[in-house]
Amino acid sequence: MKPNLSATDVMRRRTRRFVMLALAVAALAFLAIAAGGINDNLVYYWTPTDLRAAGNKAYGATIRLGGMVKAGSIRHATAGTTGVEFDVKDAGAVVHVKSSGVPPQMFRDGIGVVVEGTMTRGGSFESHRLMVSHNNEYKAPKPGHPVDQKEMTKYIEEAR
Amino acid sequence: MTTAALGRLLILCALLVSAAGAVSGFASGANGLRWTRRLAYAFGAFMLLATLVMERALLTHDFSVSYVAHVGSRQVPVWVTIVSLWSSLEGSILFWGLVLGLFIAAATRFASRANDESMPYAIGTWLACGSFFSFLIAGPANPFQTVSPVPLDGPGPNPLLQNHVLMVAHPPMLYLGYVGMTISFGFAVAALLRGHLGPALLRAIRNSLMLSWIFLSIAIMLGGWWAYEVLGWGGYWAWDPVENASLLPWLTATAALHSIVVVQRRGVLKGWTATLVLGSFLLTILGTFMTRSGVFNSVHSFTQSAIGPTILVFLAAVLIGSVTLLALRIDALENEGRIDAPVSREGTFLVNNLLLVLLTFTVLIGTVFPLVVEAVNGKQMSVGRPYFDSMVVPAGIALLFLLGVGPALPWGAATREQIRRALLPPLGGAFVLAAIGIAFGVRNAWTILTLACGGYALQVTAVQLARLRRSRRGAGAHVIHLGVVIAMIAIAVSSTMRVQSEVVLQTNQTAAISGYQVTFLGSEERSEPHRASTVARVRVTKDGRDVTTLEPRMNHYEMMREPIGTPDVYSTLAGDLYVSVASIEQNRAGLLLIVTPLVSWIWIAVLLMAMGGVIAVVPWPLTRPLAPLGATLSPQAGRGEIATEGLATR
Repeated sequence: MKPNLSATDVMRRRTRRFVMLALAVAALAFLAIAAGGINDNLVYYWTPTDLRAAGNKAYGATIRLGGMVKAGSIRHATAGTTGVEFDVKDAGAVVHVKSSGVPPQMFRDGIGVVVEGTMTRGGSFESHRLMVSHNNEYKAPKPGHPVDQKEMTKYIEEAR
Repeated sequence: MTTAALGRLLILCALLVSAAGAVSGFASGANGLRWTRRLAYAFGAFMLLATLVMERALLTHDFSVSYVAHVGSRQVPVWVTIVSLWSSLEGSILFWGLVLGLFIAAATRFASRANDESMPYAIGTWLACGSFFSFLIAGPANPFQTVSPVPLDGPGPNPLLQNHVLMVAHPPMLYLGYVGMTISFGFAVAALLRGHLGPALLRAIRNSLMLSWIFLSIAIMLGGWWAYEVLGWGGYWAWDPVENASLLPWLTATAALHSIVVVQRRGVLKGWTATLVLGSFLLTILGTFMTRSGVFNSVHSFTQSAIGPTILVFLAAVLIGSVTLLALRIDALENEGRIDAPVSREGTFLVNNLLLVLLTFTVLIGTVFPLVVEAVNGKQMSVGRPYFDSMVVPAGIALLFLLGVGPALPWGAATREQIRRALLPPLGGAFVLAAIGIAFGVRNAWTILTLACGGYALQVTAVQLARLRRSRRGAGAHVIHLGVVIAMIAIAVSSTMRVQSEVVLQTNQTAAISGYQVTFLGSEERSEPHRASTVARVRVTKDGRDVTTLEPRMNHYEMMREPIGTPDVYSTLAGDLYVSVASIEQNRAGLLLIVTPLVSWIWIAVLLMAMGGVIAVVPWPLTRPLAPLGATLSPQAGRGEIATEGLATR
C-alpha cells in the first residue's frame, strides 16, 4: 500500500468503488428480472402421460403436447369456421385437444403432432398452434415406446 | 489419385501449414514474420484448392466422395448443385475453412505496415484457428471420405434449402460475418500480448470488425427474410436458438464498434474494447456449436457426432485462453485520457455499451437456459417468446433513444446552455412522427414510444447528414444510424399492427382482409424436374380493381414424404399481403392471410446499414482527417495512420 495518497487518488478510488458497487447491484437486479421473466415464460415439452401425471400443475402453463392423433377421433368444425377437435395419445394416456385454425394438409389419423396451448379445467387442451410430423427423417415411435417429443418438435419446426 | 484422396491430401497440407504458421508466429515473432506470412498465404491457397476439388466433384456428380453422395443429385438444377457446398454440415465446415483461409490471406496482405510488430501474433492467432478448422475438416467433419460401392445417384440437398433462392445468399453471408470475427480477434490478441493498442492497430480492429458486422447484418436480415418468404407463419423472427446464435456476436460487435470510437477520441476503454472483441469471437464459436452440433435437438444426442464435442473443446480452450489473457494483460493497455462529463457524447457511448451487453446476456440466458435445465434434470422445455419480447423491447427503445441523444451532444464537458440547444429542437421530430403514427391508427404504447424516439433520432441524423458537406467524418456511422432507426420503426409497426385471418374458401369464394378481397380461383398441379407442386391460384383485388394473382403452393419433393408449403407475398412499401396455404384440395383451400405494414422497410433498412458500413471502412480519398492536434505522424507511417484522427480534440 502506498503511504501518501493524494486527494485525487482517494477520490478516484472512492468513485471506482462506487461504480463497482452500482454495477454489481445493477447486475443482480438484471439477473432477478431475467430469471423471473424466464420462469413466467417457460414452454414445457410434454407427452399425454406427462400431462396426466402433472395433475393440477398442468393448468395454465404453456405446454407443447406431442403424440399421435388417435384414429377416428378427428371432428372438423362446422362449415364457415376453422378449427378441429381430436385426441392425442401416447402409450399411456389420451388427451382431448381443441385446436383453432386450419389444420395442415397432412393432418390425419395416426400422424405425429405437436400442439401448443394450455390445459383447461374443462378437460380439454386448447391449442392455437398445430404442427404435424413433416420430415422424412422422423421415424414413428415403435409401439410401447413414447414419442421422442422434442426430437419430433424439432423436425417439425425445422420443416415448418 | 481419387478425388476424395486429393481432397484429404489438400486438407492435411492446410493443417500442416497452419500449425507451422501458428508456431512460427508466436515463437519467432518479428524475425520470422516473412515466413509466417508465406504460411498464411499457403493456408489460404490449400483451402481454396480443397474447395475447388469439392465443387468439381459436386458438379461432375462424383458420388465416390462422401459429401457428394450425401447431398448431390442428378435431378436438381445446377445452381442448387453449386450451393450444395453449404447445404449440409461437412460441406459448410469446408466452406468455413475456405472463408477463413481467404480472410487470413487478405488480412495478411492488406494490413498496414505500421502494424508489423503486431502481425506475428495476429497471424499466429488466425492460423491457430485455421489449424483447428483444418483438423475439423480432416477428422470429425470430413467431407472427403471415399464411398464404396459408388451410388448411381444421391438424395439431393435438404428440400427446404432448395425451396427458396435466398438460401443461396444467407449461409455465405453468415460465414463471412462469423469468420471475419477471427480477424479482429487476432488483432485484439496481438494488442493484449504486446500490451499496446495504438491508432494503427485500432484502425485494423475497427475495419475488420466493421466488415464482419456488415456481413452479419445482411446475414441476419436474409435469415429473417427467408423465414418470412418460406416458412409460412408470416413472421421473420421467432427467437429461435439458431437466430439468437447469429444475433449475439452482432450485439457485442456493435458495442465494440462504439467503444472503439471512444478509444479513438478520448483514449479510454482500451481494455474494455479488447474484451468486447474477444467476446464477439467467442460468441461466433458458441453460435457454431449451437447450430452445428445438433445440441438443440437434444442435449444428449449431440455427442452422437464427433463435431459437437470437438467444437465444445475448442470453445472451452478459447474461453479459458481469452479470460487468462485478459486477466494477465488488460492492465498493460494504458488508458491515456479520462471521461470528464457524464452528459456528453462519450457518456451516451458508455450507456450504449452497457445496454448492448445487457441485451447480449438477456438473449444468451434465454437461449442457453433450456440446455442447462435439460443437462441437469433431463426435463425438456423452451423459453417462450414473451420473455425475449418483454426484455428486449425496452432495451431496444432505450438504445434508439440514445441513438438520437448521443450524436446531438458534443464530446467532452458542455455547458447547460449548449446541452439545451442540442437536445430540444429534435423533440419536434419526435412529436411529428408519433402524431403521424397515431393518425394512422397506432395505439400500442411501445410502438408510439418507438415512433417518438425514432422521430427524434431521424431529425438528429438528418441534421448530421446535412452537415457532412463540411466534413465527411462519421458519414458511414450516420448512414448506419439512419438504417437502424428505419429498421426499428418498421419492426415495431410490423409486429404490433399486423392483421391475420385463417379462412377456408371454396372455389370462387372471397374473403376480405384490411381492404383486400382475396378470391380462391382453384388449384392446379405443376411439375419441375426436382419437385411437383400443388398451386392455389388466388386473385387479389382492392376497391374493385385487380391487384395481383398470388400462387401459394405445396411443394412435393421426391425424397420427402410430406409436402412443404410455400407462401406467396404481395409486397408494397406500405405493407405486405401474405398468403400461405394450410391445405389445398380440388375445390377447397385453407388459407392463412396476413397483412403486415412496413415489413419491406426492414430489408431496405439493413441494406442501408450495410451501405453505411461500407462508407465507414472504405478509405475515401475525400475523407481528409482533421489535423491531428498534438499527434506525431511519422512520415513512413503510411495510410494506416489516418486513425490518428482519434487523438484530435474538439
